[in-house]
Formats: sequence, C-alpha cells, structure tokens
Amino acid sequence: MTTMKKAVLASALAAASASAFADHCGFNEGRVNIVGNEFPAIQTVGAGAVACAHGSATVETNLTKDHQKINLAGMSGNPAEYTSAIVANSSIVALMNEDVIRPLNDLIAEYGQDIPKKQLVTIGGDVMAVAFMANAQHLVYRQDILEQAGLQPPSTYEEMLSGAEKIRQMGILEYPLGGAYKAGWNLAQEFTNMYIGHEGEFYKPGTAEVSVNNAKGVATLEMLKALSEYMNPDFLTHDSNLTSDEWTAGNVAMMNMWGSRTGNLLKPESSDPVVHTNTKVAGPMTVAGGAEPASTLWWDGWTVAKNVSDADAKATFLALKAATTEGVLNADNMGEAVWMIDGYQPEEVNEGVFAAIAAGTTPYPMLPYHGLLHTALGDNIADFLTGKESAEQTLSDIEAAYTAAAKEKGFL
Amino acid sequence: MKHRSFFWFMLPSALAMLVFIAAPIVSVLIQSVYAPHEQVIKVVESCSIFGCTESTTVDQDATSALRDAEPLGRFVGSQIYTDRNHLATEEIAVAWQEAEGFGDFFSKATNLPFYGAMSFTLTYTAVVTPMAIILGFFIALGVNGLPKLLRGPTIFFSLLPMIVTPLVGALILFWMIDSRGVLGVGLQNILGDPTLSLKASTPMMWVTLIVYGIWSSCPFAFVVYYAGLQTVPQDSIESAKLDGASRWQQTWHIVIPHLVPLTTFMALIKIMDNFRVFEPIVSFNAEAHAQSLSSFIYNDLSGETQLLSSAAATSVLTIIGVVILLSPVLVRTWRDYGNQR
Amino acid sequence: MSASIQDQKPLYLKVLINSFLVLWLLMAAFPFLWTAWGSFKVEADFFSKADWTNALTGVMTIAESGEYFTTDGYHGAWVQEEFWRAAMNTLIVVVATVCISLTFGTLGGYALARSAYRYAFWVLLIALVFRAMPPITLVSGYLLPFFELNMWGHLPTSIIVLVAINQPFTLWMLTSFFKNIPQELDESAMVDGCTRFQAFRRVIIPVMWPGVITTGLFSFLLAYNDFAVTAMLLNEENKTMVPKLAGFLGTTQTKGNVMFAVSSVVSITAPLFVLVMFFQRQIVSGLTAGAVKG
Repeated sequence: MTTMKKAVLASALAAASASAFADHCGFNEGRVNIVGNEFPAIQTVGAGAVACAHGSATVETNLTKDHQKINLAGMSGNPAEYTSAIVANSSIVALMNEDVIRPLNDLIAEYGQDIPKKQLVTIGGDVMAVAFMANAQHLVYRQDILEQAGLQPPSTYEEMLSGAEKIRQMGILEYPLGGAYKAGWNLAQEFTNMYIGHEGEFYKPGTAEVSVNNAKGVATLEMLKALSEYMNPDFLTHDSNLTSDEWTAGNVAMMNMWGSRTGNLLKPESSDPVVHTNTKVAGPMTVAGGAEPASTLWWDGWTVAKNVSDADAKATFLALKAATTEGVLNADNMGEAVWMIDGYQPEEVNEGVFAAIAAGTTPYPMLPYHGLLHTALGDNIADFLTGKESAEQTLSDIEAAYTAAAKEKGFL
Repeated sequence: MKHRSFFWFMLPSALAMLVFIAAPIVSVLIQSVYAPHEQVIKVVESCSIFGCTESTTVDQDATSALRDAEPLGRFVGSQIYTDRNHLATEEIAVAWQEAEGFGDFFSKATNLPFYGAMSFTLTYTAVVTPMAIILGFFIALGVNGLPKLLRGPTIFFSLLPMIVTPLVGALILFWMIDSRGVLGVGLQNILGDPTLSLKASTPMMWVTLIVYGIWSSCPFAFVVYYAGLQTVPQDSIESAKLDGASRWQQTWHIVIPHLVPLTTFMALIKIMDNFRVFEPIVSFNAEAHAQSLSSFIYNDLSGETQLLSSAAATSVLTIIGVVILLSPVLVRTWRDYGNQR
Repeated sequence: MSASIQDQKPLYLKVLINSFLVLWLLMAAFPFLWTAWGSFKVEADFFSKADWTNALTGVMTIAESGEYFTTDGYHGAWVQEEFWRAAMNTLIVVVATVCISLTFGTLGGYALARSAYRYAFWVLLIALVFRAMPPITLVSGYLLPFFELNMWGHLPTSIIVLVAINQPFTLWMLTSFFKNIPQELDESAMVDGCTRFQAFRRVIIPVMWPGVITTGLFSFLLAYNDFAVTAMLLNEENKTMVPKLAGFLGTTQTKGNVMFAVSSVVSITAPLFVLVMFFQRQIVSGLTAGAVKG
C-alpha cells in the first residue's frame, strides 16, 4: 500500500511536471469529474487527471468498486454529474445502450491528433473510448512443482488436467489447480473463455437469440467440472483475491489467472521465496484441439459523457489524455498494468498478456445484450458443478433465464 | 386526540416516510409494469488494439424516437411478474403436469430462480426467527440470575454479535470457518472429519448461514427479554411460591405469559428482517448454494446490464411476501387496538 | 426477585445455567476477541491459508516487522488512509440521524399512542409495510433523482434517508412506550388549559426519556452500522467508516490493505463498548418502562 501511495504521488508529480510544459494539460476552465473502478492502475490515471486542475478548472474523481452501480445514474442527468467514466469492454456497453457517452471524433480532430491510433476504440466508425491498458487471463504455473513432476508448462487444458493428475498421484499437492470460479461473474467469465476455446457461438448469427445449449456448451461445462475436481473443494467461493491467496500460500501449481494480478504474486513480500521465485507465466491455453485460446482480451479506457457542456467535455478529454500519456508512467506504476501507452516497458510478468494478444485471442464480446447472458451464466453454472443437475438442464436454464431478461430489456 | 393536532404531530415523520419510502415504492410499482423499449439493433464494425470484429450496437437514432414517444417505456402489465425469472406461471404449470409426485414437482419448482430464492428465504426465516427468540430468552433468564456485579460485562459481551457491523462480522467469520481457519479446524477435530468444509456443500452452507443468523440476531431478543424480566410482577411470583409452585411452574405460568406481548413485537421485526436476509450471503460468498429474495434483487442491479424492471418486480413480491407472513400478527394487533378503545 | 430466586436454586440448575452462559459468552465474544488479537498481526498470519496457528505464533509478523505485535494496520488506516475523516463523517451522520429520528419519532409516536381513531392503526400498519421494502431497491431508486437534483454525495442527503428508513421502527417502538405513560397525565394538563403541544412539552417530555434513550440506541446502531445507504449515496470525501472500511477490501486486494480493514473493525467497535457500558442501565430501564408491546 505504501508503494501504491508513493506511486500515485510520484505519478501525480510526473504528470504535473509534464503538464507544465503542455500549458496545464491545455485547459484552464471547465469541470471534470471521473467515476471508475479503484484498482491501482486507475488510481494512477485518476491522480494524473487531478494534477491537471488549474485556473478555474476543477478535476475530481470518484474511484470505487461500486462504480458500475452509479455511473449510469450519474451520467444520465443533464448536465451529468460525471463528465467521464472509466470502463472496460464489458461495461462500456451499458453506457452505450443508454446513450450517455458521446463519440469523441470531433474532440480527437481538434485536440487529440497525437493520441496513438491503437488506443482508439471505434464502434461503427465512431470513437467511443480511448483505451489505456490491456488485460487477459492466462496460465500461471509453479516451475519447481512442474519440474518435480517432470512436466512441461501446459499449452492445452487437456495437458493441464493430465499434469494435475500426475501432481496429485505423486502426492505433491492434493489440489494442484486454482481458478476464480466463484459463482456469479467470475464463473461466467470462465465459461465464456472455455466456450470461445471450443469455438462456440453465443448467439444465432445476426440475432440476440442465445444458443449455448449444444454439444460445445456441454463440452465446456464438462471441462470446467473436470478442472474443478483438482481444485480446493471451496472453489465456488473463490474469487480472484482468494485464488491469489491460495497461490501465495503455495497450495496451487497451475491456474488460469488475470494478467493484472500476476504482479502481486511476484512481489517478494507476498509469499515464501520458494513460491514467488518459481511463479512463472505463459500464454493462455487452448482446449479440445481448437486453434483459438480459451481466453478473452480486455481493455480499460476512458469515455466522455454526452450531457455535458462543450467546455467540460474539452476539459475532460484533455485531462484524461494527459493522464494516459507517457508522462504519468514511472518505475513505481510501470508494473501496475499492461499499459497501452507509448513509453511502456513490459516486464517478464506481463508476457502472459502479450502472448494472449499474439495468439489472436478473441476480445470479450462487446454486444448490447451480452451482459444479460453473463449474468444468466453466472447464476446457473454452479448447479452443474455441484452435481445438482445435468449439463443439458443447466444450459437450458441459462437460455431460459437469458431469454426472459432479454425480452424484458427489449432485445427479443 | 383531535384530527388537527394528530396531523401536526404526525407531519414531520409522515413527510419523511412519504418522500423517501412511499414515493420510491410507487415508482417501483410503476417500473415493474413498464419495461424498456424494443431496442433497434444495427450491425457495426468495432475496432480496438485487438483488431476489428463485426458486432452489434443499439441504434440510438431509431431508439430515441421510441423513447420520446413513451418516456416510461412500454407497458407490459404483469408480464414481468409472470415471466420465468419471477413467478414463472407457465413453467410451474408445465412442471405440475409433468411432475412425477410432489418431490419431483418441488425440485423442478426450486430450480426456477425465484422459487429457489424463496425456498432458502423461507427456510431461513422459519428457523432463525424462533431459534433466535428462544435462545435470547434463555440467555436473558441466565443473565437475570447472575449476581449484579457480573451482569454488566455479561450484557455487554452478549450484545457483541449485534453491534459488530454485519458486513465485517460475516467477513471475518468467513475466514474463521475456512477449512484451514480456526473454527473450521476446530469443527474438523470435534467431528473427526479432516476433509470437512463448510463452504463446499449446499447443506453445510445453509447450516452455516442459519447459525450465523441465529448468532447475530439473538442479542436483540436477549435485550428485550431481559428488560421484560425486570417487570415481572413480584407479587404474583410470591403468591405462586406460597401456593407451592415449582420453579418451572412459576416460569411457565407467570413469567412466560408476561413476556408474550414482547414476543409479538420481536417476531414482527425479526420475521421482516430475516425475510430480507442479504449480507451473510454476500459476505460468505454463498451465491452458489443459497439465494435469497434480496440477493436476487442485488444480482439484477449489479450485473453488467442492470435489470431495473426485474428488480422492481422482485421488490414488490418481497413486500407482498412480508405482508402475508406478518398478517397473523397484524390481525392480532388490530384486535388489540380494538380492545383498548 | 432475582435474589430471592437465586437463594433456592438447586446446584444442578446453577451449574447448567452457568455453563450455558459461559458457552454463549464464548460464542458471542470469541470472533471479536480473535479479530482484536489478529489486528496486531500481519495479513499472512491472521489470514493464513497454510496454518491457522500462525495467528497465535505470529511467525510472519516476526519475520516482517521484527516484533511479536505490529501496529501497522492501525497506522495505515488512521494516518495513511485518513480513517479519522471517515470517523468525523460518521459522527456527524450518527448524531444528526439519531436527533432527527427521535424528534420526528416522539412527535409521531405520541400522536399515534393518544389517537382513539382507527386511522392510527392504519398509519402504523403502513409504516410497517414501508419497512418491508428491501433497502437495496430503495437506494438504487434514489440514485437518478438525487443526481438530477444535485443532492448526491452530500452528508445531509444520507442523514435524511437514514431518518426516513428508520422511522417505521422508531414509531412502533415509541408508540408502545407512550401507551404505557398514563393518559391522565397529559389530559389533566389539558384540563388545566394547556394546548396539546404544551401538555406534551411540559408533562410528557420529562417522563419519556427511558423509552427515548432505548429507541435512540437502536437508531444509533442502525446509522452507525449502515452500509447500504452510505456506500451508495456518499462520495469519496464524505464516506463514513463502514463504506470506507469496505473500500480497504476493494476489488483487487493489495497487500496490507486487508489489515487496514481488520484494524478498522476494532476501531469501529471500540467506541460501542464504551457506549454500551455507559448506557447499559438505560437500555434496560428504558425497555422496562415502556415494555415494547406489539
């Protein structure tokens, strides 16, 4: 935590010094208020934006884990309380559905020609967000345990299963696998990964009609269940935090984990030396002979609210632009994320995410109705993993739950 | 009291409740019979650093015309109440026809999300309410028999489960009951089963949640009963003693009847609170094994896409459920009211 | 009464009752005492996935800080993360909520207790139905209007919402207290020429304190422990202690932050100790005087 505070401070100073050159980020009036999640990388961006406050301009942030519950309401009024929301490719959809964020094309033409093209997120030709970090789930493994068992790091889930069996047989670990399988959002994410790995299609082409109740869906569930047999019996209560705790306690040999979390696992103070010196990362695995990795790519980026004055929109745009340029990066916050900012120097720990990008992993689906399916998946898969019902029953429950929700929302 | 003075005395309280509770209830009622408009979807190309893919988005120009025409959304009547994610009338009818016996029907019904949540909520309410009240009663009797000097600290430790913030109380307990935590290991030793995990199976999770519920709500019953015990009419006890009544007879015939009115009040409050059980499910990460009506609403409101109409419908159903559960107590109160005048 | 009963208690009953009480006290106090102990350890000990006895032996605490106990959790929360700001906010919210709740509640409760008309019952009944509304729905319903009216994020907004949510319980409790105050008291005052309000002020207010204090304690606990309202309706700088503490846990738990949360739990509960010790007489005598009748 101390390091994080320092990092925020240092990045704020860096941003301040950078902005001194750029005439205080290029604005001295207007109101900026940013809502977003609270993990360290976003704190860095928030502090970078706050450092732009100058003249009559005000810059505020509200970075909280409840951001998704308040961002829509906070941007719906006119003028909107929040002039910007920091979102990911899953959460931008809710804001676009309600039409509360504006296309950035004109602002980019006027003030943002120097933003690298790769950072722009365009939908139907309109730039809707500017991304500043990437994330993906990929393999994390314990080199010492794999060597002891005579195994190579797995490149497919089938290898992971046979490796887990071998580690268990040799009596090294009773539960060699880990994963964020907490019922709800996390478990739905694991299904999404695995279903994409099986080359499954979530919807009937060109419609919002769901179609996961098929052989690929069954195979996906079977694979999740097979993996869970090698996990701590409490796996349905383990989110990313608890899974990381299992890892640092040395209880796990292999897991599919978020790239953004691996930095913490490698910190010397987080665990016994034998654990953190042997923690290695590799690209995401494939499944069932598929070519596409069973994982999804994610970005986090910033947006500008629709219902704000032109002056506020300009100030917001410039503040966040300044907060996501090379100026905010320094030795302390470099490892907080896989930054999509020029001047970012990746470390060894980030290779998992780069491998995921290089392997052509699918981005998480950015569809107006996919959030509803994600919720339906999260509510129902646990019933199969606990053995309460068959795979087909679970899949048909998922379809029915999604269909009812999509009808309510007007998608069907 | 005259109508006029009643009005002025009642005004501040009524105003606060009307603005901040009644108005939201009305808007929830309206929201539950209106759903968002039909969304006009268009196919677009979306690009990011990861490349371009074909995807879909909501056509805002087309949708905004619909929105302006009917700002509340489209009227759907009871459709949301009866859809599969709520009362599921069609699914229940089908299950009733196809079910082989009542057990099969029950398992089919509880597989539906609303009835699944309902079955846990009712079980929780039905077990926790009486258990907490009974336990609270015995603690009160026990504390009442203690020497004065010991009573103070005892009261204060007994209140701890109630005054420690529920969010945090459950969070720390979640760690303590882990199969490697202090309570988890303790239980494993007591039961002689080293693989026991409270978080891995549905029955164990239900028991855990219910035990937590009793633990955290019996202090309330204890305080109220302890206070009630101080007012037990001394002369009745003395005369009962003279008549040769045993200790149990005194308790049964004098103390308990004296405490009945208190029990009504507590049952009322506790049934209502237990029916809205929410925090323990979230704090214990129990979503895989147990859902309650409130956690069901929470899911609707905290997903990537919020389901406002669905949450509104479930809230209305919760209120109706509470009113049905409380109706026996309310009828009693109604009669008492009549008698007093 | 208790003394006379105690005299004749047979030995087996004494043993039974006392061992039951000791068992209960262990159950009630152990989690908190464990937390208080653990708040002086590091995360790797208190939340050890390897061996729970680390929390007792403090292996990692000694390894990390060189001492058997560490106050890093407290220092981090109070100094580095400025938990005292949240404590100030809580103080404001709690004092205001309790005062306003009780003012509204005594007026309303008195009226309900003294009205001979049926509508008094209906008011109480509707208040009860209001209480049945799940707080999550209420709070998410507030968001949009509060943002539009520019009320979101400020302390007064949360205070008035907490007051409103608390009214049904306060009304029920105070109504039953006032019913136990003999009606002749205020009626005779009115015969002497007082208005209703004068009678309330001169005759009822002096005798109502036991009931008000008890009800106030329940209001206090509600406002003090509230998470649903304060977490969603307050902005960063106005956050009260409970949401601030929940923020330490966060979505991505950074090392050490979890111990800030644990030390905050102890910090939050400590004042309640003092409060309960101080008011324990009043709670009991208040409930006695009023006897919360259904």
